[in-house]
Amino acid sequence: MSSHYEAPIRRPLIVGDKSYHDITVDVAAPVEGKANKLWWTVFSIALLAFLWGVGSIIYTIGTGIGVWGLNKTVGWAWDITNFVWWVGIGHAGTLISAVLLLFRQKWRMGINRSAEAMTIFSVIQAGLFPIIHMGRPWNAYWVLPIPNQFGSLWANFNSPLLWDVFAISTYLSVSLVFWWTGLLPDFAMLRDRAVRPFQKKIYSLLSFGWTGRAKDWQRFEEVSLVLAGLATPLVLSVHTIVSMDFATSIIPGWHTTIFPPYFVAGAIFSGFAMVNTLLIIMRKVSNLEAYITIQHIELMNIVIMITGSIVGCAYITELFIAWYSGVEYEQYAFLNRATGPYWWAYLLMMSCNVISPQVFWSKKLRTSIAFSFALSIVVNIGMWFERFVIIVTSLHRDYLPSSWTMFSPTFVDIGIFVGTIGFFFVLFLLYARTFPVIAQAEVKSILKSSGDNYKRYRDAGGDNPAPLKPVFNKQVEKISSEDTAENTSNLLSSLGFFDPTTQKADDLKLISGVGPKLEKTLNTIGIYAFDQVSKMTNKEYDLLDSIMGSFQGRAKRDDWAEQAKNLKNN
Amino acid sequence: MSSKVIQAMYNDDDILMSAVKETRAAHHHIEEVFTPFPVHGLDKAMGLEPTKIAITAFMYGLCGLSFAIWMTNYMMIQDWPQNIGGKPSFAWIYNMPAFVPIMFEMTVFFAAHLMVITFYMRSRLWPFKKAENPDPRTTDDMFVMEVSVDGNEKELTSFLKETGAVEIKVTEKH
Repeated sequence: MSSHYEAPIRRPLIVGDKSYHDITVDVAAPVEGKANKLWWTVFSIALLAFLWGVGSIIYTIGTGIGVWGLNKTVGWAWDITNFVWWVGIGHAGTLISAVLLLFRQKWRMGINRSAEAMTIFSVIQAGLFPIIHMGRPWNAYWVLPIPNQFGSLWANFNSPLLWDVFAISTYLSVSLVFWWTGLLPDFAMLRDRAVRPFQKKIYSLLSFGWTGRAKDWQRFEEVSLVLAGLATPLVLSVHTIVSMDFATSIIPGWHTTIFPPYFVAGAIFSGFAMVNTLLIIMRKVSNLEAYITIQHIELMNIVIMITGSIVGCAYITELFIAWYSGVEYEQYAFLNRATGPYWWAYLLMMSCNVISPQVFWSKKLRTSIAFSFALSIVVNIGMWFERFVIIVTSLHRDYLPSSWTMFSPTFVDIGIFVGTIGFFFVLFLLYARTFPVIAQAEVKSILKSSGDNYKRYRDAGGDNPAPLKPVFNKQVEKISSEDTAENTSNLLSSLGFFDPTTQKADDLKLISGVGPKLEKTLNTIGIYAFDQVSKMTNKEYDLLDSIMGSFQGRAKRDDWAEQAKNLKNN
Repeated sequence: MSSKVIQAMYNDDDILMSAVKETRAAHHHIEEVFTPFPVHGLDKAMGLEPTKIAITAFMYGLCGLSFAIWMTNYMMIQDWPQNIGGKPSFAWIYNMPAFVPIMFEMTVFFAAHLMVITFYMRSRLWPFKKAENPDPRTTDDMFVMEVSVDGNEKELTSFLKETGAVEIKVTEKH
């Protein structure tokens, strides 16, 4: 039988004494309950911001890009900054759902659903910017490889901007089907619990008639694995291609080969920060502290710390290479970043992205919820300024000093940016109230290995929280001490006797499922060696159960004989 | 042969697993098992063939790659070659490095979407499809094993009871 063993040093991923049904109830609760005042307040604010954004977009399209703060020197500013920022945030979702799946990290299961939702919602925001920047968004289909009305002039496949079109649309659509496939069993759970006919109808539609057949689950797991394998290089390619928008140009400060890995690390860095921002709030509001634990937050903080350090290395490498290259334009670009008129943005970027995540070396700070929340926002501010610094400082000092200028955003620039933040939160808040925000089917599959109550039972010899097999046709007799003595001698005669005074006893605790308490019990019976345990068959298991009284069926379930055989041979 | 099936309901995945093994050992035919979450090793215990969906994904990926090669060659080299930044446009292979991102994205796009569509079609999942799980609790915390009845119905019922079923229902095959 499959063993649900997990090393005791691993901390439980599901705290509290949960059963499968408890998980169902906890995940369905935010969907089935009513929204509270706080939700409505935050939703109204987000909606207002979104509407301001819609107004600014309509004004831009109606009047022209001239309403932005762009000028002929700084032709790219907030639009592309926001685009890169939003795409970057999206990366954490795919990293959690795909890369951590390939690495078999179980802690992804509490957070992957919301992280993927965040990916999709933020890539939608990102996609808005290039489309608005086209000025005539009704012609947006011109970027697709279709013949135009005058003959077959095709899109230019040599251009990184067209690679972006392919990368972002593949990324968005693949993330969406990955997310939706994972959602099917959870929608089915909501459908089967729904009481009101309208809800039942909606969730029936969304769940695609998922029934949970063994064959469907087999395919489901294979599809998840292959999608993870495809999404992993995909997520790396997306920000690589985004960085090529800059790296393939010949602008000083952009023309560097370090950009692809540097952008990908930065993307993961900001994305994990955004996941922390969202989930620290969500676990509280939706009562999901049992599934999104301090450990989850701590692990995300560690990822933030590592990727933040990679980003820091990239900043310093860039400075070094600029000096070492001997190219004066390159040298000036970086000198100007640090000491020119945008020194404050550079300082903000350096302190938010390089210095601030280093505090997570302290265990106390990375397990503090309030501190993690504050730092996640600091990181996202820092990452926005990173893109701003890269884009605007490289442009505002042109090759001709007569064109040197500054950039200042108009209320329309600000409106569109704030609008996308509003749009993002509108989508996320709606999601939090209508979707199963935790991949409950997957969480159920790790309950027995990583649930707090199951770990306690295995490691400290508590009661098995799982329902036990009901006993039929068998008379359970009270075991008298006489029976026990007889059973003990029967058991030892088939396993072989052991003299602890002359022979060396094995450490039975090495057998998974045996703790110090159980080892003592076994020793009192007369079992000391792996050799004895390895001889156990069903008959001996039954005898052992009848002698010990407690720990019913554990020896058989964990297959002690096989384990002991392996240990003996080592 | 009767068209009756017995639905035995279990409340734990480990009990279900041993029940599946016992039922197979006793040579009863398991029609279907419904579980609320993936139970690892269940497909092997039931004797299901491994799925070949990963192989289809590989082939879909090759289709995507071929399509991207054809598309870039036709549009950039054959139909309307242009001098773009001096990049060579007279032979596909010389211009190829610029097309690597497109080739990669199309491979992933085709592999991922066509594989998921194949999965939905094979497992009969689509909008407006009616769910066919025998009990709504099978998406919550219950596990149902459907065993077809051939011969003694009573004997099979008591056999399934002994495997640890908490509820047993005899129904006509749907």
